[in-house]
Amino acid sequence: MQFKQTRQGYVDALIELAREYPNLVVLDTDVAMATKTCDFQKAFPDRFFNCGIQEQNLLSVAAGLALEGFIPFATTFGVFATCRAGDQLRNSIAYPKANVKVAATHCGSSTGGDGASHQANEDIAIARSFPSMTVLVPGDYEEAKQATKAAAKFKGPVYLRFGREAYPVVEEIHGAFTIGKAKVLRDGRDVTIITTGIMVSEGLKAADALKEKGHSARVIHMPTVKPLDTEVLLQAASQTRGIVTAEEHSILGGLGEAVAGFLAEGCPTCVLRVGVNDIFGESGTAEELLNLHGLRAKNIVEKALAILKDTD
Amino acid sequence: MTTTTTELATPLSAGVILPDKLAHLNHKAQAIRRDIVTMVFHANSGHIGGSLSATELLVALYYGIMRHDPKHPQWRERDRFILSKGHCTPVLYAVLADCGYFPKEDLACFRRPGSHLQGHPYQPKTPGVEASTGTLGLGLSTALGMALGAKLRGHSHYYYVLCGDGEMQEGQIWEAAMFGHKYALENVIAFVDRNRLQTDGNTEEVMPLDPLGAKWRAFGWNTFEIDGHDISQIIKTVQQAKACEGKPIMILANTVKGKGVSFMENRAEWHSGPPNPVEYECAMKELHDAV
Repeated sequence: MQFKQTRQGYVDALIELAREYPNLVVLDTDVAMATKTCDFQKAFPDRFFNCGIQEQNLLSVAAGLALEGFIPFATTFGVFATCRAGDQLRNSIAYPKANVKVAATHCGSSTGGDGASHQANEDIAIARSFPSMTVLVPGDYEEAKQATKAAAKFKGPVYLRFGREAYPVVEEIHGAFTIGKAKVLRDGRDVTIITTGIMVSEGLKAADALKEKGHSARVIHMPTVKPLDTEVLLQAASQTRGIVTAEEHSILGGLGEAVAGFLAEGCPTCVLRVGVNDIFGESGTAEELLNLHGLRAKNIVEKALAILKDTD
Repeated sequence: MTTTTTELATPLSAGVILPDKLAHLNHKAQAIRRDIVTMVFHANSGHIGGSLSATELLVALYYGIMRHDPKHPQWRERDRFILSKGHCTPVLYAVLADCGYFPKEDLACFRRPGSHLQGHPYQPKTPGVEASTGTLGLGLSTALGMALGAKLRGHSHYYYVLCGDGEMQEGQIWEAAMFGHKYALENVIAFVDRNRLQTDGNTEEVMPLDPLGAKWRAFGWNTFEIDGHDISQIIKTVQQAKACEGKPIMILANTVKGKGVSFMENRAEWHSGPPNPVEYECAMKELHDAV
């Protein structure tokens, strides 16, 4: 299995996009080596702006550039983009529908050794709570490229979520990318697994494990957390016995709550969430932390089996 | 009285202001003040004090300095004005309406549901509003982003920004100060409405700002200090500022909060909130008598 970074996919896409969009510019906040925008800087030095350690200024400056017709990709770590500069994300970008692409790297527990202060486990919740925000959470390097290209083409504010680690490349998700459209990776009748971001590979592994136990699991990958693909959700809710969501994010406010909230009103269904519980993280390797927080295929399987047992 | 487009699109040259033009602008400032007080009275909320302190600044900018055309709000070469102290929409809306960006009757809908005149500036809805601001500190950064964009394209228009003095307590202002210096955004001419009062009292008691000019100079900006109620001085200073190269400009405009209404002047409690009917009548009488 091949492993590649989603943040690298982001920057590789930017370099391709820069030729197509002369008004595309990239901003960073003294983390260009970490976010990989240093590669863009090398290729297009006149279109790269380092704001220094100024995440609040970053987002408002980006909004100003957007008002002048540029497509700014404002890049920083997820904790800074949503928490440190939450006001600017809301009032400079989301509220006036500024055509800014906020690219957040180092999201989720797999950020690793830096510990809880730098692990964005709440960013999806914050970003999706702002009206007019589109929230994209790609699952691998290739999908990160697709999402970045879709964001450049899209008119309006987009929050793009990337991680730090090299994650498995998942061929199944490399089909056409459309904002707001889920990708149905496996058909199944018994239970549905819905993943976002890097949890897609765990979701597929879980489906395999369930198959060995004689259960048919549908696997839906949702690289767009907002707007939700409600059609696919309604089908899953009506055609299978329950849903397990899986995300590298808090169970509060992320994919799981978005799915559960929609279905509670649209088609009441059992929804069990795999995600980081209501606790802060800690230092460790990505591997150790994904295990610690229960973000593994086996955790998805446990929840799926609980649904199947309850609905027998 | 509505100003003609030709008059607006042609700024005064080289700081030469004829006495009758100056009298006309001072007269206009009083009319704008009456609109401010009336808007806040009818809306039963809003920010009078800081709107009255900034009235001459906006009148000087919109009628004596900026190149703009209300009939073509998206004209690419227009100068832009960004109200970073976003709560002072009464003065901005009164001036924009008077210029003809939208009908003056709209002012009666300030802060009402469905109105395009929101409590704080909202660029997508209001003709003439260049950037959405409100929470303090955002506007200066946004203006710098816009100015950077204009510089990248080789455009020569200016970005005028009005900050509050209380706003200088926001950390983001000093992030913006560094950014403006780094990118040498000489197309930015910012003002601080130095009325020395904020919601909870005197700025120097709430969180001291002085020496404010020295702070901006230390951050690499050119600074000027003026009487913010002297329209002639505002216009002349902007002319001087345009002659400076390589640095953004910060003009400290010393003003009086609540200027023009005796019982509102230098009173922090008039930062926000409406006058009652008796206060409204008194204020309007003073503003009429002063003309």
